[in-house]
Amino acid sequence: MEHYNMNLTLKVWRQKNKNERGRFETFQVKGISSEMSFLEMFDVLNEQLVAENKEPIAFDHDCREGICGMCSMYINGRAHGPWHQTTTCQLHMREYKDGDTIVVEPWRANSFPVIKDLVVDRSSFDRIIEAGGYISVNTGNAVDANAMPIEKHKADESFAAAACIGCGACVAACPNASAMLFVSAKVSHLALLPQGDPERKIRAVSMIEQMDKEGFGSCTNIGACEAECPKGISLENIARLNREYIGAIFSGDSQNA
Amino acid sequence: MTLNSKIPAGPLESKWKTYKSTCKLVNPANKRQLEVIVIGTGLAGASAAASLGEMGYKVKAFCFQDSPRRAHSIAAQGGINAAKNYQNDGDSTYRLFYDTVKGGDYRSREGNVYRLAEVSANIIDQCVAQGVPFAREYGGLLSNRSFGGTQVQRTFYAAGQTGQQLLIGAYQALERQVAQGNVKMYTRHEMLDIVTIDGKTRGIIARNLVTGELERHFGHAVLLCSGGYGNVFYLSTNAMGSNVTAAWKAHKKGAFFGNPCFTQIHPTCIPVSGDHQSKLTLMSESLRNDGRIWVPKKQGDTRKPNEIPEEERDYYLERRYPAFGNLVPRDVASRAAKERCDAGYGVGSSKQAVYLDFSSAIMRYGRVEANKKGEENASEATIRQWGMDVVKEKYGNLFEMYEKITGENPYVVPMRIYPAVHYTMGGLWVDYELMTTVPGLYALGEANFSDHGANRLGASALMQGLADGYFVIPYTLGNNLANDISVKAISTDHPAFVAAEKEVRDRIERLMNIKGTESVESFHKRLGKIMWDKCGMARNAQGLKEAIEEIKALRKEFYANVRIPGEINEFNPELDKAGRVADFLELGELMCMDALDRNESCGGHFREEYQTPDGEALRQDDQYMFVSAWEYKGESQYELHKEALDYEVVHPSQRSYK
Repeated sequence: MEHYNMNLTLKVWRQKNKNERGRFETFQVKGISSEMSFLEMFDVLNEQLVAENKEPIAFDHDCREGICGMCSMYINGRAHGPWHQTTTCQLHMREYKDGDTIVVEPWRANSFPVIKDLVVDRSSFDRIIEAGGYISVNTGNAVDANAMPIEKHKADESFAAAACIGCGACVAACPNASAMLFVSAKVSHLALLPQGDPERKIRAVSMIEQMDKEGFGSCTNIGACEAECPKGISLENIARLNREYIGAIFSGDSQNA
Repeated sequence: MTLNSKIPAGPLESKWKTYKSTCKLVNPANKRQLEVIVIGTGLAGASAAASLGEMGYKVKAFCFQDSPRRAHSIAAQGGINAAKNYQNDGDSTYRLFYDTVKGGDYRSREGNVYRLAEVSANIIDQCVAQGVPFAREYGGLLSNRSFGGTQVQRTFYAAGQTGQQLLIGAYQALERQVAQGNVKMYTRHEMLDIVTIDGKTRGIIARNLVTGELERHFGHAVLLCSGGYGNVFYLSTNAMGSNVTAAWKAHKKGAFFGNPCFTQIHPTCIPVSGDHQSKLTLMSESLRNDGRIWVPKKQGDTRKPNEIPEEERDYYLERRYPAFGNLVPRDVASRAAKERCDAGYGVGSSKQAVYLDFSSAIMRYGRVEANKKGEENASEATIRQWGMDVVKEKYGNLFEMYEKITGENPYVVPMRIYPAVHYTMGGLWVDYELMTTVPGLYALGEANFSDHGANRLGASALMQGLADGYFVIPYTLGNNLANDISVKAISTDHPAFVAAEKEVRDRIERLMNIKGTESVESFHKRLGKIMWDKCGMARNAQGLKEAIEEIKALRKEFYANVRIPGEINEFNPELDKAGRVADFLELGELMCMDALDRNESCGGHFREEYQTPDGEALRQDDQYMFVSAWEYKGESQYELHKEALDYEVVHPSQRSYK
C-alpha cells in the first residue's frame, strides 16, 4: 500500500472541566502519515501543543487495539469515526487526504458528563452492571466446566453479545442517548447461558431500572447504536431484552425470581 | 536478610493441599473488621477483590482507568491453559507443571508452579460458572487448542478475545461485590506510595486523577495487582497506561525486585512502521496453530510473497525445530526471527519482518469442508473459500485487526510479523504466600516474579493472574491476617500517613517545577530506544554498561528539562505520565544491572556471550541457579540477594524443542 503525508485542519472540543462551558478550537497539523492511527495523529498534535507551551488535548485511550473500550471520539458526526465496526484507536489516517477538515467532539449524553475536553465520565455503565449484570456465584462454588453442555450456537450467540466493550458509542450515536444496546448485550450474554437462567428475570428488571435512574433515554428503534457499534452488537439483543423484561414484569415474580 | 520462600515441606503434589488444610483462618465476624486494599483491577486484582469481598473482608479496589473493566488483561487474545485433559491427549497437572518449568528455562520455583498447575482446572470451572462464553464443540463441550511449548491441547479460548471474556467475568463478580457494599471501587485513581507503620504495610497514598487531590487510605494489607512493566521499552504490546509506578514505589519502600531483566519478547506482532508509532499490536500465538512462518531462501528477495514458489521458502522454525515446529516457545521463536532478519532474509519495506502464512491451513480446512459436504470435485477456488470461512471463524477478529492496521488482507497476502516486547516475567519478589519482603504487602499476577522463570509459555498469564486472585490469596492472606484481628483500623491522621503524603506531594511539585522544554513523551521514547537496543532481544556486557550510563544521563536531563503543562489539581494526563516515566527511568537502570549481572543466557534473557554453537540460550546452572532479588539502597544503589532454586523433581537440562 502506498503511504503519503497530509496536512489537516482539526476542530476539537475543548472544555476545562464539567462546570465550565466548552467551545471548539481549531488546529493545523502537518506531515501526518497515512500509516498513523487516528490517536497517533492526536499524539503528534499534543506534542506540538506541548512544544508551544500550550495545554494538550485530554482524551481517553489505553489499549490502542480496539478492545479496552476506553477511546471515545465523535469524529465528523460519527461515534468512533467512519470505519465500520472500528474503535477510534483502530481508525487509521489512510481514511483521510491532504487538506481535510476533521471535527472531533466527546460523547454527548447527559449520563456521560464531560470531565475535560474529549474525556467523559461513563461510570453510569458500571452502576448498571452492579444492578445485576452478573451471575451470583462465589469463588469456589463451581462444578466441573463440562458438567453442563451448552449448544454451540447458543454459546456463540452469547459470546457475540459478550463482545461488548462498554465504550458507550451506542449512547453517543443515539439521538435519545439510550443505553439499550449496552444493557441488552449484557442481559443477552447471560440469559442465553444456562448458568445465567436463575437470575434472568430480576437481572433484566434491575438493570433497566438502573438505566432509567441514570437518565439514559428511551429506545425508539432507530438503529444508530448497531450501525456505530465497534463490536457489531446486534439489535436483536434489544428485542431479546424487551422479551426478557416483559416476561419478568408479567410473570410477577421479578423481585424474587 | 535471608530470603525465605516459605515453600511448605513435603512432596511436591501435597505442598498446597497441606498448606490449605493447616493455614490459619479468620472467622467471618473478624473478616468484617479487616480492610484490604487492592491496586489494579486486571485478572489478578479483580479476581482477588471479588473473592475477598465475597469472603467478607472490607475491600477497597483502585484502578487508573475509568472503569475496572478496562485493565489490560482485557487485551489478551489467545487463551488460558488448564490441565483438564478433556482432549484425552496425555495432559495432567504434572505435565502442565513440567512444561511451565521447562518453558521457563529452569528459573522458576517448583512449588509455586506446581500449585499453579493444580488450581488451573478450578479456574476454568469458576469462569464457566460466571458465564464466560468459551468456545465449544457441536456436542456442547468446551473446545481446546494448542499453544507454544507444549504437545497437548490444553488451551481454552473465546475466539481471539479470551482475556476480555475472562476479565468481564471477574469484573462482573467485582461489581456484584461493589453493589453489596463489600468492595468500594476507586476508578481514575493512581497509587503513588505505600504507608508502613511499625514495619507493616498499612495503607497507601493515592491520587485522584480527575481532581488531582491526594488521598490517604488505610488497609490491614495491600495487594499490588498492577501488572507488568513492558512499557519501559516505550514500544510494546502493553496498553498506553500500563506502568511500573505502584510496584516501583513499593520497591523503594523495601520490596525486593525479582529478576527485573526477564522480559518476554513476543514473536508475532505487527512490525513497526514509521516514527510516530505509539504501540505495537500482538497477533495471537494461537495463529501459530495454523499459520506457518517463513522467509525467502534468497537474501534480500524483493519479490511479492505469493510470487515466491514453495521450494524457495525457508520455513525456518519447522527446519530448526522439527518436533515443535511453529509452536516452539516464544523466546525461541523470537530469536529465530531476529536471526533470519539480521542475516538479511527479512521481508517488507523495513526488512525487519517475517511472513506468517495461512495459505496451507486455508486449503487444508477447505478440503475437510469439501469432504464433509461430499464435494470431492470442488474447484480449488471453492475449496479456498470454504477454508477461509473456517479460518475466519477461528481467528476472524485478529485478521480484521491486522487489516485495519496494515491495510493488507491476510487471507490473501501472508501477514508480516516481528517480535515485540509483550510481558515481564520479572516483578516484585514474593514468597509462596505472595507476600513481598515488606510484611503486609502482596504482589499478584504479572506484578510478581514467581511462576514463569525466564520465559512464560503462551496462555499462562491469564492462568496465573486468576490463580493468584481466585485461589491462592484467599488462603494466604487469611493465614497472615489471622495475626491482625486485634489491630483496629488506624486513623489516616497517623504521622506515617502525613509523612507519606508529604513525600508524594513533594515529588509531584518537583516535577511540575522543572518547567523545561522537552515533552514527557520524548523522554519516554529515548529511554525506550536505549532499552530496546541494549537490553532487548539480545544483550551483551558492553552494551549494558553503556545503557546504564546513558539512562543515568537521560534521567538527569529529565529532571532538568522535562516540560509538564497544566496544573497539579486538575485532570492532567501529562503529569500522570511524567510520574510513570520518572519511575521507568529508574527501573530501566536496574534491568540493565540485572542483565549485566546474570552472566548466562536463559529464556528471554539472551546474553550474546553465552550461546551454544547453534545459537541457543546457554545457561550456567552452576553459577546462576537462583532468583536475583534486588534491594533498593538509594539512587543507583541496589544490593543483590539470591534465592537459590532447588529442583527436587525436575532435572534441569538444556531445553530442546528439536
